[in-house]
Parts: sequence; C-alpha cells; structure tokens
Amino acid sequence: MDVLVCVKRVPAVGSEILLTPDATAIDTRHLGFTIGPHEECAVEEAVRIAERTGGSAGVLTVGPPEADEQLRYAMSMGADHAVRVDAPVADPDPETTAAAITAALRELSYDLVLFGEASADAGHAQVGFRVACALRRPVVGGVKGIGLDGDRVSLRCEAPDGVEVHEAPLPAVAAVLEGLNLPRYPTIKGRLRAKKATVRVIDPGLATGGLRTLRLRHRPEARAETVVLGRGAAAAPAVVDVLADLGMVR
Amino acid sequence: MVLTVIERNGDGTPTAESAEVLAAARDLAEQLGEPVAAVAVGDAGDLPDDLAKRGVAQLHLLQHELLAEGSPSCAGEALAQLVAAQRPAAVLAPGTDRSTEAMAWAAAELGVPLATACTEIRPGEPWEVTRERSGGILLEDAALDAPIRLATLRPGAPAPSETAAAHEVTVHVVVPDLDTSVPRARLVDRQPRAAGMTLTTAPVVVAGGRGVGSAEGYAVLEELAGLVGGAVGCSRVATNNGWRPHADQVGLTGTRISPELYVACGISGATQHWVGCMNARSILAVNTDPEAPMVTRATWAVIGDVHEVLPAVITEIRRRSGR
Ligand SMILES: Cc1cc2nc3c(=O)[nH]c(=O)nc-3n(C[C@H](O)[C@H](O)[C@H](O)COP(=O)(O)OP(=O)(O)OC[C@H]3O[C@@H](n4cnc5c(N)ncnc54)[C@H](O)[C@@H]3O)c2cc1C
Ligand SMILES: Nc1ncnc2c1ncn2[C@@H]1O[C@H](COP(=O)(O)O)[C@@H](O)[C@H]1O
Repeated sequence: MDVLVCVKRVPAVGSEILLTPDATAIDTRHLGFTIGPHEECAVEEAVRIAERTGGSAGVLTVGPPEADEQLRYAMSMGADHAVRVDAPVADPDPETTAAAITAALRELSYDLVLFGEASADAGHAQVGFRVACALRRPVVGGVKGIGLDGDRVSLRCEAPDGVEVHEAPLPAVAAVLEGLNLPRYPTIKGRLRAKKATVRVIDPGLATGGLRTLRLRHRPEARAETVVLGRGAAAAPAVVDVLADLGMVR
Repeated sequence: MVLTVIERNGDGTPTAESAEVLAAARDLAEQLGEPVAAVAVGDAGDLPDDLAKRGVAQLHLLQHELLAEGSPSCAGEALAQLVAAQRPAAVLAPGTDRSTEAMAWAAAELGVPLATACTEIRPGEPWEVTRERSGGILLEDAALDAPIRLATLRPGAPAPSETAAAHEVTVHVVVPDLDTSVPRARLVDRQPRAAGMTLTTAPVVVAGGRGVGSAEGYAVLEELAGLVGGAVGCSRVATNNGWRPHADQVGLTGTRISPELYVACGISGATQHWVGCMNARSILAVNTDPEAPMVTRATWAVIGDVHEVLPAVITEIRRRSGR
C-alpha cells in the first residue's frame, strides 16, 4: 500500500511568542521548526503501514525550500520519498495549500492520504477535507485508529458521545489525531539516509485564496498575582487549606 | 440572509453550541438588515417552535438517507447545494469537528474561503474575522474576501442569546441530490463512551509533566486525585515518554479542560500546554523553578520537588480527615 502524508513546517514556539514588527507572523529568528504532533503520528502510521504491506510511505509539503528540513525529518523516521510543492510563503492560506496538494496528488500514486486534523500554527482544520472534495475521495476526520482490509480501510474516531468506526473504499483520505500511535525517534542510520535522499520539487504556480491574515495578536490575559504557598513539604498545610476552601477536602 | 447550521441533540433540540451560533447569527443579521435562516438534518419535530424564539425566519430541513452515515462529504455536499441555491450573505456553523468538516467540504465545493474558530465577524469591505490560531495560542485578524462568507465559531465565543420576538418559521424540506456513485466513508459501528469521570468532566485535574520523572512517579498524583475527587492529566512529555496514555494529555493536541482547580506538577507551561488548561477556574503549580511560566501564571504555587510536596499534602489531608 502506498501512503502519502501531508506535513507543514511550523515554528516550535515555547512559552513566549514574539511577533514580527508588522505583526503578520511569528518572529522566528530565534526559533527552531517542526511538524505538528498530529502529523508526526501520521508519518509514523504511514511508515508502519508501508512496512507491514511492503508498500511505500511518502511525505508532501507545501512551502519554501527551508521546509525540506521537515521532509528530511519525516524521511529519517522512515518515509521513503518526499515531495515539496514550492510556495513563496511559509504559511499559505488553506485554499492555496489545498490546491497545491491536490495538484501534486494528481501526479502521484497513492492508496491512502493522511493529514493532521489541524496544522499546528494556523489550525484551519480544513485542508484535508478540501483536498478530499477536489479529488472526490472518501474522507474521515478525527481518526485515532486505522485498519486495513484488502481494498477497504476502517477508521476509528472519537466522537463527542463515544467511539465511531467508519469504513471507506481505497483510495481514501483521513485526518488523524495525536494518540493514533507513539511516533518513533529517528535513528542515526535514518538521519544519514534522509540527509542524502532527494526531495522532488513541484511548482504548480499558485493562486491565492480569499482568507488573508491581516495581523496576529496576543490574547488579552488576566495577569495572575501568584500566591506562593511555601517551599517543599512545609507548604502542605497551606495547600490543604486552599483545597479545604475550595470544598475539595474536609 | 444569514444561514445558521444547526446541530441537534438526541431529542432534536439545537445543541448548546448551535444556540450560541444562532445568537451570533442574529447579531450579524441585524447589522446587515437581513433575515436569519437555519439548516438542520432530519425531521422538523419541535425545532420550528424552538427556532421561532431565536429569531429564525426560515428552516431548511435536509433529508437524505446518506446523511445519517456521518460522512463529511454527504453533509458538505448537501450544504453546498443549499447555499448555492439560497446564496446567503454568510453561513455560520458551530466550531465542532463535525460541522467544521462539513463546512470545509462545502467551501471547497463552492470555491470559497472558510474561516474556522472565529470569535468575531465584522461585515465590511471586505469582511473581517477574528479567529483563534492553534487553539487560542494567538488571535488572528483576517480578511474574508468572498461573495458568500463561511465561518465556524469557536464554542463559547458569543454571548448566549436572550429570546427574540417570535417569528413565524417557514419550513422547507430539501432532499439533496447526493451522487450515489461517488465513493464515500460509511459509519459502520458506534459505541457509547463508558460512563465515569473524564478529564473534561473532573472538577479537579492533577496533572504531571517531565518533573514527575517516570511512569511510577504518577502514583502520588493518582493518590491525590483520588482524595480530592479528581482525574489525572499530563503534559506531552509524559505521553511521548510512554509514562501516560495520550487520553490524559492536556493541551493543544490533547484535551482542553476547564476544571475548578488544575494542579500542574512539574509542568513548565509551554503555550501548547497552556491553551489546554488556561480556562481552569484556578491553578496550583508545583515546580522546582519559581520562574517557570506555569508558576508565574498560577493562582497558587509551591516551589519544590513534586515527590516531596505531594506526599506531604497527602499526609496532611489524611491527618485532617482521619482517613
Ligand atoms: C505543535 C505542538 C503541539 C504541542 N501540543 C502539546 C500538548 O497538547 N500538550 C502539552 O503538554 N505539550 C504540547 N506540546 C509540547 C510543549 O511545547 C512542551 O514541550 C511540553 O508541554 C513540555 O512539557 P513539560 O512541561 O512536562 O516539560 P518541560 O517543559 O521540560 O518542563 C518540566 C518542568 O518541570 C519542572 N521540574 C523538573 N523537575 C521537577 C521536580 N522534581 N519537581 C517539580 N518540578 C520539576 C521544571 O522546572 C520545568 O518547569 C506541543 C508542542 C508543539 C510544537
Ligand atoms: N503547507 C502545508 N503543506 C503540507 N500539508 C499541509 C500544509 N498546511 C496544512 N497541511 C495539512 O493539512 C492539515 C490541516 O491543516 P489546516 O487546515 O491548516 O489546519 C495539516 O495537519 C497538514 O496535514
């Protein structure tokens, strides 16, 4: 089975986020980059499926040349091949991203395409469904389990009121959630192989969509005046007083 | 017209999220001087009466056997057909997974943008929205430039509505033309969630991060959670290390919770964790580092080692209650 995974290069922000002077993006000068946890699980799943079925696991990104770093990371986890759809901007709008992925998928062969439920930075939660619509493929979101049975796939999801199982004929599309599996850490051998691997670059010529970021803002935050109850074990009575005040212990 | 997507409870009434969207739709419709319409799946039941009190003038009921199968392609296609026929100024839906998926498909079908997780919608030239990025780590002001504006609203965003002057609701039954030859996903099994306390319902969540040190280290957190009637949570470091199941993870890619009290043990407070617990009523941080962001943002803090502080707290609770 051939599985393709769509991953996005995103800044790995810590506990403080700095914005660029025009506030249209995160200031990434002092940040590393990563792929989102949902997507990491998607890569892991694709590698496992490829190993189990003797197929292939590919990774695909829409982004600038720097995004090759994330494709190589996925290859160091075991993905066999990588495609980058060249985009002049780091964070394209969802219509543009979906059109780019759709164009790439028309040139690639696949049985299953995996997305993250939402990208880690923009979080539009829509690119996978747009691609499925454009390609007229069955799609299921919120996936936390994937089972294969011949030319069908069964997808387990957690719905608000319980667990649902959906079944779809292949080729199919799924948007997955972290918790699907426990992703592996890349091995040194994997890293070396990924360093030498080639990234295929596609340039479809992209038009932009109708959602345009004007500015980013920090959410107004009520600054807490932290009350320090004490240090070490000696703070225990003060902690239990607080719990008692809240009615949580007698 | 402002078209509102209604999700329904088991008894056919609008969900709490849908009620919020109806309130926002009414505000928006007033600004535009246009009526509010609603779209729901299934039979009318008491829905028209309920919607009349919420200022809805028109209800479109989508009826098709495929819509019961829960595939976003069916819901999205049906919605796109209705929107193409009605050409509303805006379509608002709850920001639940189910509605977001259907809206994404519909947006693709219609060739229009979709703004998800919005907290505000401002008509203008072009329209602008404020939306939450990555679960609320940042807010984004964006232009939504389209002839029909599709948006999902972040649950909890707009103020719930007061009842409006009752309208006459006209009901239209719409049978969408869903192509049966298109391959689709089908719902084949559904199992209700086991009853019991979960991370989202627990009044207290005792969560541990890297500072807990090992899977065994969570025993004291379990014990404390048991004593205060709470559940155990964790950070992504704990899940990645295999110390805890992912179901326990609090944060952007875990669960977002709003307990009465969040006890954060050995958790630094990275933004992706913070968005999961920032709606807690109060926070108690236990951390060796007085400068950790979780500590500086907490209501109360204890500076110290989890494995010294928690056992002492447990002993004190038992001493006072004689347990
Ligand atoms: C896209 C993305 C999504 C993410 N989603 C999530 C998510 O959903 N949930 C999540 O939690 N993280 C998430 N993360 C990871 C997040 O960025 C942090 O890496 C993570 O939250 C850190 O976990 P931690 O606080 O346990 O560990 P650390 O950041 O290492 O902090 C450990 C803390 O423990 C304290 N400590 C150490 N020893 C002790 C001790 N003995 N007693 C008391 N305190 C001690 C330290 O002072 C420190 O403050 C995500 C990251 C990315 C990039
Ligand atoms: N620039 C991109 N390149 C490749 N895949 C992407 C990109 N942006 C989003 N995706 C995929 O689409 C999913 C949903 O993204 P979004 O709709 O932005 O929340 C992500 O988890 C990725 O799998």
